[in-house]
Amino acid sequence: MTLPFEHRVRTFLIEVGRYGLLLFQSFRSILEIGTYWENLLIQMVRVGVDSLPIVALTAAFSGAVTTVQSAHQLVSPLIPRSVIGGVVVPSMVLELGVVTTALVLAGRVGARIAAELGTMRVTEQVDALEVMGLNSVAYLVVPRVLAGVIMFPVLYAVACFVGISGGLLAGSLGGYIPALEFIEGGRQFFSASDVTFGLIKSLVAGFIITSISCSKGYYTTGGAEGVGSSTTQAAVASCVMVLLADYVLAIILL
Amino acid sequence: MIEIRHLYKGFSGTPVLEDVSLTINDAETYAVIGQSGSGKSVLMKNIVGLLKPDKGTILVDGVDTSKLNYRETRELRQHFGVLFQGGALFDSMSAFDNVAFPLRMITEMPEREIRKRVDECLETVHLEDAGPKMPAELSGGMQKRVALARAVAMRPKYIFYDEPTSGLDPKTSNTINDLIKDLDTRLGITGIVITHDMHSCLEIANRIGFIHEGRLHWTGTVEDLHAADDEVLLDFVKASEYQIGL
Repeated sequence: MTLPFEHRVRTFLIEVGRYGLLLFQSFRSILEIGTYWENLLIQMVRVGVDSLPIVALTAAFSGAVTTVQSAHQLVSPLIPRSVIGGVVVPSMVLELGVVTTALVLAGRVGARIAAELGTMRVTEQVDALEVMGLNSVAYLVVPRVLAGVIMFPVLYAVACFVGISGGLLAGSLGGYIPALEFIEGGRQFFSASDVTFGLIKSLVAGFIITSISCSKGYYTTGGAEGVGSSTTQAAVASCVMVLLADYVLAIILL
Repeated sequence: MIEIRHLYKGFSGTPVLEDVSLTINDAETYAVIGQSGSGKSVLMKNIVGLLKPDKGTILVDGVDTSKLNYRETRELRQHFGVLFQGGALFDSMSAFDNVAFPLRMITEMPEREIRKRVDECLETVHLEDAGPKMPAELSGGMQKRVALARAVAMRPKYIFYDEPTSGLDPKTSNTINDLIKDLDTRLGITGIVITHDMHSCLEIANRIGFIHEGRLHWTGTVEDLHAADDEVLLDFVKASEYQIGL
């Protein structure tokens, strides 16, 4: 009899193996541009443009909350109020801009990808592509992962801009800090290398979320229940791996 | 011609197909019958390359499919058309685009010719007006007919029909059977029908193979079937007689 722990380890190893295999097939298929370019444009709109409202909303509130909380904690008259801007700007650029965007998109984009591919798998649409002589990985997986890698840095940039603007507005409208002081503080603590770091993190997050979700969806089994399970697993695994990658990259790059 | 020699396939240690050998001749319609779960669809998936045999050889026009790399397998598949059990139409595309899809993706055909070919295919399945409709707007029978139009769009040499009449009412099943017969005769296509519907099998097939417990238990022509005295085969056929009123 197989022990539950052994079974879990085995399942985990199979999934890691499948994920590796799918990545290998994706890299091998990347030159088949004719198969996926049209799909790539569609996915860039779905991953990027369609995600703008939720990313902007999350970022705006992250920036605003960071400003208000910083203002509450920095009560000493010895600390200039411009420090609030100096807290909000690097926070958004280094961490919040990437992590909040990635976590929101793990749910929105990751779940969508897994559900879409999972449904295609259980209704034999993936098999239909294969028997037509098409490379299903090139047609389905490559454009989604590329769209993630291309559009996540763009969404990160938008999140930073909106988040900082949200912080500035919350600070000035709430009477915590005048806009000019906020900007001055932000400029003082701004470092261009932080942007590079944030862009690298966003690129990695885009890759992690889309590739994990594609793998979960592509290898779905078991009908509607299987699709539901893949969708949940895609969102959870993406979140966990994004947080882990965030930590590892912080150690390596900072 | 498709030749299957000593094919074995199992999943997680459970054998599904054991030592299956059969030959499907050009321009004939061969029906693979058997109970649900007997391994009929697994056999089809092995032939079209969606599954790899554990042991044995599959020769398509003399080419050993196990020796082909992925690119060569994809080229070979362009000679295959498959009508999947549920149709497997792409939800995001209209019926017209579903039929046009393989032509646009695989061939260099100009769009005007593609439109002509798609119109012809939809006309063949009597769905001239269904082009702009999305799969969700079509009934089960219409979806199967669109899927059939898509399967023949590339003018394949072989078409695999996976349970072509399952889930359809008797009248629609007859329509599908007639279409398959018509296509196989008119276009000279080699048809491989996977079914447990004896009525459909007797309507369409020239020859029949009966899979039982993972093995090819019996094979012969429709006439041979009527004269057969194999108990296991007769049990299966008799169970269907109530449905087809033989």
